[in-house]
Amino acid sequence: MAFAALGSATGTADRTPLKTSRVAMLLLLPGLAYLLLFFLTPLVSLVVTSVEQPVPFGDVGQFQLAFNLQNYAEIGLHYLPHFARAGLFAILATFFALLISYPLAYFIGVKARRWPALQAVLLTLVIAPFFVSFLLRTLAWKAIMSDDSTLVSVLRSLSILPSDGHLTGTWFSVVFGLTYNFIPFMTLPIYASLERLDLRYLEAGSDLYASPASTFWRVTVPLSAPGIVSGTLLTFIPASGDYINASSSFLGSVQTQMIGNVIQSKFLETEQYPTAAAMSVALMAVIVVLVAGYVATTGTEDLL
Amino acid sequence: MPSQLPQDPIIRQLVMQARQSQLSRRHLLQGAGIGATALALAACAPAGSSGPKPVADTSDSDKTLTWSNWPAYIDEDADGNYPTLVAFEDQTGIKVEYKIDIDDNNTYYGTIKDQLALGQATGADTFCLTDWMIARLIRFGYVQDLDAANIPNKKNLAPALLNPDYDPGRAKSLPWQNGFAGLAWNTEQVPGGLREVNDLWDPKLKGKVTVLSEMRDTMGLILLSQGVDISKADWGTDEFAAAIAVLEKQVQDGQISGIKGNEYMQDFVSGDAIAAIAWSGDITVLNAEAGYEKWKFALPASGGTLWGDVFVVPMGSPRKKNAETLMNYYYEPEVAAEVAAWVNYITPVVGAQAVAAEKYPEIADNQLIFPSEETLSNAHIFRGLDSADDQAFNAEFQRVQLGA
Repeated sequence: MAFAALGSATGTADRTPLKTSRVAMLLLLPGLAYLLLFFLTPLVSLVVTSVEQPVPFGDVGQFQLAFNLQNYAEIGLHYLPHFARAGLFAILATFFALLISYPLAYFIGVKARRWPALQAVLLTLVIAPFFVSFLLRTLAWKAIMSDDSTLVSVLRSLSILPSDGHLTGTWFSVVFGLTYNFIPFMTLPIYASLERLDLRYLEAGSDLYASPASTFWRVTVPLSAPGIVSGTLLTFIPASGDYINASSSFLGSVQTQMIGNVIQSKFLETEQYPTAAAMSVALMAVIVVLVAGYVATTGTEDLL
Repeated sequence: MPSQLPQDPIIRQLVMQARQSQLSRRHLLQGAGIGATALALAACAPAGSSGPKPVADTSDSDKTLTWSNWPAYIDEDADGNYPTLVAFEDQTGIKVEYKIDIDDNNTYYGTIKDQLALGQATGADTFCLTDWMIARLIRFGYVQDLDAANIPNKKNLAPALLNPDYDPGRAKSLPWQNGFAGLAWNTEQVPGGLREVNDLWDPKLKGKVTVLSEMRDTMGLILLSQGVDISKADWGTDEFAAAIAVLEKQVQDGQISGIKGNEYMQDFVSGDAIAAIAWSGDITVLNAEAGYEKWKFALPASGGTLWGDVFVVPMGSPRKKNAETLMNYYYEPEVAAEVAAWVNYITPVVGAQAVAAEKYPEIADNQLIFPSEETLSNAHIFRGLDSADDQAFNAEFQRVQLGA
């Protein structure tokens, strides 16, 4: 239901409360406490860690408080390609997910309206993959795309893939995995906004001699924009920090590592917390700027 | 005593508890850092001398045990049961949960290090990691002293393994298996086999080669191929840099498709890899699953590495005695031979070879399980690294893994 809330664009109710009641403030407290404890505290800790320096002659994973901006410099030195790759893969995955999800959501939300049972079944099918672990599903794709698989041998015999070509460990498989894994996050908000689409607007469009295409672009798309914006955000943000799909253990290889893989490996494998924290902070900053720009250009008032 | 304690027993108890907790909080602050930064640091900093203390042992009333280990590392029958472990359960009444959740030393350590530092339960009462990592755990004070009285079979430990520099006399650790890292290949796709590390860089194998994410094994083999004796202390940053350059080039060129832990076995099965730097015993297990000798393992002519995986009990485990009972059981020569016959690694248990000669004659001469002096002379132990080198080498190796 959170998706429906994200996609909702109903603005009929008066949104400015007349007065701030004490009860409302009290009800807000648990939320604030939650944010303070589980968002602000870790964030402060992360920022502090990101400027730490190694303890002189210290052991693995030992760092001390400092103001060491060298950790940020290391990003520019070695890891800019990983940032770029993360951005590019996330944009591609968002684009393809939108391409696949919009017709799907349109069919479920508009065309299938006459058959509520079918609608329910289709929605369940969209959500069904969530019942199986995301890791298992990604591993299954790895098996499907492995070098000795039927898929690869068919592609090779059709000369679509060179005889020594691979699918796993390539940009293709990583973007494919990201797209596949985030399709439900794209479909559900778009569905939520299309489901409420008033078909009389479409009739009005054709009454006014608009072609179906122009009705679609000038009526349907703007009316479902809140869903598209939420869907792209729900896909782009997690996809850009993803470290599963691009990891060598799943669909990626050394050549496809994204910034999430670098952070994961520095945090959990070589215990270089400060550089890992610096990268997390930088990634967060970049995403905040991008998303703020995106939301500003697409118009927030329809969204919130 | 700073002041008289109140008479009421309950209040007295509370006051005493409060004083104790004050002390331990100060203790914690000393260990982790200073003042306010302690909060931020507590999760990251190993606690050093004021580190975790062993929890009370409840083994006598709690007959269970959780053991984490690497894949293909214990005898297994067709139904997926572990015969020696089943026999152990019948014999002692201790119910063992055997978890195959270690794929890489660093990754496993990364997952449990906070619990280790705080002396909390890690999800395993005992686990087997490689000796250099065990050295770190002992240095940080993360593991319990083992009670030799509960492990009488410790007398069967091979004398060469009794006094490693990180744990003289094996007071806190006990070897599980030793093994080699060397070359492995698919005999159907690479009929000529591999003799040298450089054979992996044959253009015909492009994109079909994996190497181990265990820095000491992969870099050890490359260093050896460049004529460096990895067990001696006479090499350092320059030699390492030259070896890293080889690895980096092969990774960048796409010759090496993956730098992996035990997962390389899946790549062998799926066909994504046909040649690798691999661990000796894994190949036998893969062949057993395939039903014929599909893969082969050999030490390169320039030498392979010799490593050991070692049992320890973390401070947070309340079932140390059960773990000791388990270790004692696996130090029976009969049991050790049964495990060796399946896992094909070098058993640290003296007497296992004699048992094997009688019960499993097919393995008694297997050089990968009971290596001769000659075989051992071609296998080298990666020298102990000081902390600075250790971190620098690992950082370099990781940089290559990330394609940076």
